[in-house]
Amino acid sequence: MTTQAKGLTATPPRASRFRFALVDVWVLTKRELLHWIGNPWGIIIGLLFPVLMVLMFGFLFGGAMSVPGGGSYFDFLMPGMFAMTMFFGVESTVLAITTDASKGVTDRFRSLPIHASSVVLGRCMVDMLNSVLALAVLMVTGLLLGWRWNGAWEHALLAVGLLLLLRFALLWVGIFIGLSARNAQAVSALQILVWPIGFLSNVFVDTSTMPAWLGAIASFNPLSSTATATRELFMNPGAQGDTWISQSAMLLAVAWPIVLLAIFFPLAVRRYRRLNR
Amino acid sequence: MSASDFAIRAYRVKKNYGKSTDGPGLNGLTMEVPRGTIHGLLGPNGAGKTTAVKIFSTLLRLDEGEASVAGYDVTAEGHRVRERIGLVGQYAAVDEQLTGWQNLEMFGRLYRLPLKQARLRAEQLLGQFGLTEAGSQQVAKYSGGMRRRLDLAASLIVSPEVLFVDEPTTGLDPLARQEVWQAIQSLKEAGTTVLLTTQYLEEADQLADRISILKDGRIIQEGTPDSLKSSFGGDRLDITLLTQEDASSAAAILRELGDGGFSVDEANNRISVPVSDRTGSLLRAASAFAASGLEPLDMVLRRPTLDEVFIHYTTRSDYRDTKEATQA
Ligand SMILES: Nc1ncnc2c1ncn2[C@@H]1O[C@H](COP(=O)(O)OP(=O)(O)OP(=O)(O)O)[C@@H](O)[C@H]1O
Ligand SMILES: [Mg+2]
Repeated sequence: MTTQAKGLTATPPRASRFRFALVDVWVLTKRELLHWIGNPWGIIIGLLFPVLMVLMFGFLFGGAMSVPGGGSYFDFLMPGMFAMTMFFGVESTVLAITTDASKGVTDRFRSLPIHASSVVLGRCMVDMLNSVLALAVLMVTGLLLGWRWNGAWEHALLAVGLLLLLRFALLWVGIFIGLSARNAQAVSALQILVWPIGFLSNVFVDTSTMPAWLGAIASFNPLSSTATATRELFMNPGAQGDTWISQSAMLLAVAWPIVLLAIFFPLAVRRYRRLNR
Repeated sequence: MSASDFAIRAYRVKKNYGKSTDGPGLNGLTMEVPRGTIHGLLGPNGAGKTTAVKIFSTLLRLDEGEASVAGYDVTAEGHRVRERIGLVGQYAAVDEQLTGWQNLEMFGRLYRLPLKQARLRAEQLLGQFGLTEAGSQQVAKYSGGMRRRLDLAASLIVSPEVLFVDEPTTGLDPLARQEVWQAIQSLKEAGTTVLLTTQYLEEADQLADRISILKDGRIIQEGTPDSLKSSFGGDRLDITLLTQEDASSAAAILRELGDGGFSVDEANNRISVPVSDRTGSLLRAASAFAASGLEPLDMVLRRPTLDEVFIHYTTRSDYRDTKEATQA
C-alpha cells in the first residue's frame, strides 16, 4: 500500500502549539484586515454612519431637545452616541459570522487542524479594532463640533474602557446570534430589531421624559447604564438621576457587560462546538 | 487486508438531524475504502452523501456506530483526523472578498506552513490549476469553475492523506470538469485516498475504483463500476424507431424476444432491452422486424450504462412497471 509523505502535518509539541495558536489568530485577523483593504468603502461608511447620526440628532432635532437638569443637548448626545456606536457594532459581527457560515467558509475552517477558538478570536480582534476606530472618529468629530469633556484624563480613559467593555460583551451576543441564525433572512430581521432596541434607551432623550413604563424599560437597557456612566465620567449633562438605576449607572455599566458575557460567551463557544450537532 | 490498509471505515453509522419531517441523515452506513483508491459515493438528492462527508471530516458528530479516517477515530481523535484530511465541500468555500492568492496563503498558514513556504505553495498551486493570472483578482469576480479549482487547490496545500470531495463538478462546463478530474486523478497517483460524491454517473465511472450507491442513509449496492454494470444484467439492445406507433409495435415484438425488464424512452422512440446472447438476439430482432415490415432507424448493442444501474437500484422500492422510462 502507498505510504504518504506527511512531514508537514505532524502534531507539534505543546509549547509550539501555543505559538501556532497565536499565529492562527493573527492569520485570521489579517484576513479581516484584508477585507477592509479589499472593500474600503464598507469600512468608511461604517465609520461615517455614527457621524451622520450625530449631525442629524445634534443639529436637526437638537434644537427641540432639552436636557433635564440643564446643559447643552450636544454634550448630552455625544456620550450616548458613543454607547450607541458600540451597540450598532453587533450588526457587523452578526453579518460577518453568518456570511462565513452560509458560504461554507466556517466549515472549511472547522475542517482544518487549528484550534476552534482561533476563528472566533480573530473575529473578536477585528471587531474590537473597528470599534476603537469608530470611537476615535466619533470623538474627534464631537470635539470639532464643540463637545468637551470636563473631567480628568483618567476618567475619560475609564469611560472609553467602559464603552469598549460593552462592545466586547455585545460581540459575544453577536457571535452567538450569528452562529444560530446562519441565514440572511434572520440577519435582516435582526438589523430591523437593532433600531428599536437602540432607541429604547437614554441615548437620545432622558428616560424621565418618557411615559413611566417605557422609561423604566429604557433605563434597564444596558446601553442606558453605559451612556449614563460615560456622561458622568466625561462630566457631561444628563448623568444625575433620581432613580436607583440611574444612580448606580457606574456599577451597572460594569455589571451589565459582565452578565451579558457570562451568558453569551459560553453560549457562543458551545454553539460553535455544537455546529456539529 | 488489515485494518490499517483502509483510509476510511464506517461501521453502522447513524445520524439523525432530529427533525421528524426529514428522513434520517444516515441510517446504518457501513463502508470501507482501501488506501490510495478513489471511491465514488453515489446517491439521489437527500441520500446522505453530504452527511457522510461531514461526519468523516469531523464537521458533524455521529449518533451511533463507529467511523475512522486515516486510522483515527473521528469522534475521539478529531484533531488527528483534521491534520490528515482535505475537504472540498459541496459549495466552494473560499473567502470571496480575498484574492485567490490571499486565500491560498491564508490556508497555507493555517495548515502551519511558514510564511515563505505558504507563499511558495500558493504560487505553485495557482500555476497548477491555471489561476496564475487570476491570482491577484478578488474571488468574487471568479467564474464558478475558477472558484471550484481554487477551492480544490486550497484543500491540497499539504497533500492530504484522505481527500473528501462533495460534488466537485456540479455546475462546471465540460472543460473545467475535465480539469477537476485530472487534478483528482493525479492526486490518486500521488497516493491520496479520495472519497468523491457525485450526481454524475459518468464522473464516477471515469474516476472511481469502487462505487457505493447510497439511498436513504445506507449503502444498497457496492462494487467496481464494471461489476455493478454486470450485476445489473448483461448487454442491452437499443432500437430507435421513426414514429411512436412503430415504437409500440416494436415493443410488442421485443417483449417476446428479450429477457424482460426493458425500458422505453418515449421522447426519442427508443427501446432498450437486456439480451443474453449478443448477436443471436440482434439477428432475431432484425428478422422479426423485417417480417413485420418495421424499419428501425438504429439498432445498437451495448453494455449497460451506470445511469441505468443507478436508476435501477435507487428506484427499486418504488412501484415500477416493466415499462420504465429511462432518463437522458
Ligand atoms: N442541517 C440539516 N438539518 C436537518 N436535516 C438535514 C440537514 N442536512 C441534511 N438533512 C437531511 O438529511 C438527509 C440527507 O441529506 P444530505 O445533505 O446528506 O444529502 P445528499 O445526499 O448530500 O443530497 P444532495 O445530493 O442534495 O446534496 C436529507 O433528508 C436532508 O433533508
Ligand atoms: Mg449533498
